[in-house]
Amino acid sequence: MIEYVNYVSLLIIPLFILFTILYGSARKVRVYDSFVAGAKEGPKIVLSIFPYLLAIFVAIKGFQGSGAFDYLKSWFYQLFAGLGIPIEVISMAIMKPLSGSASTALFTDIVKSAGPDSMAAIMTAIIMGSAESTFYVLAVYLGAVNIRNSRYLVPVCLIADLIGIVVAVIVARAFF
Amino acid sequence: MNWVWLILLSVSVVFAIATGNLEAFTKSIFDGAKAAVEISLFLLGIVSVWMGITKILEDSGLIHRIAHLFRPVISRLFRGIPGDHPAISAITLNVLANLFGLGNAATPLGIKAMQELDTLNPDKEKITFEMMIFIVINTASIQLIPFTVIGILATFGAANPAAIALPTLIATVVSASAALLVLFAFRRLLK
Repeated sequence: MIEYVNYVSLLIIPLFILFTILYGSARKVRVYDSFVAGAKEGPKIVLSIFPYLLAIFVAIKGFQGSGAFDYLKSWFYQLFAGLGIPIEVISMAIMKPLSGSASTALFTDIVKSAGPDSMAAIMTAIIMGSAESTFYVLAVYLGAVNIRNSRYLVPVCLIADLIGIVVAVIVARAFF
Repeated sequence: MNWVWLILLSVSVVFAIATGNLEAFTKSIFDGAKAAVEISLFLLGIVSVWMGITKILEDSGLIHRIAHLFRPVISRLFRGIPGDHPAISAITLNVLANLFGLGNAATPLGIKAMQELDTLNPDKEKITFEMMIFIVINTASIQLIPFTVIGILATFGAANPAAIALPTLIATVVSASAALLVLFAFRRLLK
């Protein structure tokens, strides 16, 4: 099953590109010129996203570097210690919304130290697969259209992250 | 975001002073700036490629056909998008790319979707409810098979690394639905 989905995943972009250019050509579109005209928009978009990314990355890295992140972690450990949730899961729960690359590194670390079949590895694996680095997504998508007033989106996303972690823990317990 | 940023940075500075991590804090600020530049360069490549490809979709009219095809599904959730609007196609392509774990395509197509949704936005500074639905769906990262995670588990010799796929999918669907419920609840409460 996994192999099939993997194969389809590998196939989907090449086929999509082929179909797009053939369909375009059949409709008398000069596909090369269209592609170039579209690609010209790329730098403008990325330029408008850049300051948002910069702002959020500086804040998140600064938060980690200052030691505030570790303090927050230890505070959460004490809060959730009684619930029988592995410490690794709490680390991942805090890391995942902040940084995608750092949470992948953390996940690798957890799998290495706790073992790939441990409950900690399973729970963090589910969190890895069912959550996104929220602040990155917010910076990119809001930055792309220069939205200043995001209304109640940020609290909704943070509550959603919290729910996601609770769900991951429950599902892991139910399956393993 | 204003509050998030203000709190993150001011708490960090206070902590850095209190714990003597000043040097580490300053260094990590510049590390953050560097990471933003690196990610932007990476985005520059993939976003431009996908903007090129979606331009062909637009010029050939395929974007309206895709919109027409997926309208019944997408407009169930996104009620504010009219007819065969290109936003429907961009959202569809982004969701499909996410489903198959094609992150390099999902983000540029998501940006495209945001731009299309913005054409329906009367107040360009303020987010629309459709944009919020779209972002919430994206932060839930609905993916059929978590290839990266399975890969890491396999590398370290898990007994059955693929066994994580089904529970992950269930967790994703449940938490994405819950996230949407929270969003709709907020809209109702804050009306």
